[in-house]
Amino acid sequence: MNRFNQTIAQPAQSALAVNKVIKNTYMLLSATLFFSAIMAMVSMFFAMPPIAYMISVIGAMLLGMFVLPRTANSSAGLGVIFLITGLLGFGLGAILTLYLQLPHGPQTIATALGGTGVIFLGLSGYALTSKRDFSFMGGFVFAGMLVMMVAIIANIFLQLPFLSLAISAGVMLLMSAYILFQTSQMMNGGETNYIFATYSLYMAIFNIFIALLQILGIFGGDD
Amino acid sequence: MDNIWLQLAMAATLGMMLFFLYPRAKQWMQNGPKAQQGDWMAAVIPLLAMVGFVLLLIMLV
Repeated sequence: MNRFNQTIAQPAQSALAVNKVIKNTYMLLSATLFFSAIMAMVSMFFAMPPIAYMISVIGAMLLGMFVLPRTANSSAGLGVIFLITGLLGFGLGAILTLYLQLPHGPQTIATALGGTGVIFLGLSGYALTSKRDFSFMGGFVFAGMLVMMVAIIANIFLQLPFLSLAISAGVMLLMSAYILFQTSQMMNGGETNYIFATYSLYMAIFNIFIALLQILGIFGGDD
Repeated sequence: MDNIWLQLAMAATLGMMLFFLYPRAKQWMQNGPKAQQGDWMAAVIPLLAMVGFVLLLIMLV
């Protein structure tokens, strides 16, 4: 009887742990996105110059590489994730200020924001409801990220508009694949730390929004 | 982004990220689970839907 109870209890405990990770991740993701939006508004209120975006992104990347891995297993990790997302939100505000000065700026921003929301909810919802294991995409996603980073570094100095557009399209595709992969990792117990999971999904959403903003800014409003 | 120091700082930070990401990418490429039949199709369909959606957004703006 005890053995029977154990075999039922173990998967049930595992499912509970997975549900807890998913619930905590989406709650923290909502909170960080909200905080980011507030920081973006603060940045827009002070009309920060575009240089603020680069400084914020560099700061957030350094925090993500060196500080978050050391604090993600403690409550300090929560403070660090809010610091990272707050910085990125503040940097984003500087970009939004720039877009608002364009003729179709407000429409482009609203479309990019709505589009990002639909893409994230659609892909994450698909991964959650289809219950498929997308971990086979890990190699493709990480190799793609390496290629994309080399292209981004090259374009920092080359500043080719076509390469910039290709990078935006590539980032959108890769980050969409990453949402499928990361959601599947959470569901299958591959990711047990909700702070890391939140960071990954936030970065995917942030990158999709920036890439979509650039694509819509280039192609949109030709009338 | 005309400031050369900022460009160098950004490139250096991305280079560091590349260095951090490389072992993880290598591990996933070498030891990651392989796709079963139908797995890629299940991933490509939502990605194509995303591409179609972005094209729709471009036409709307």
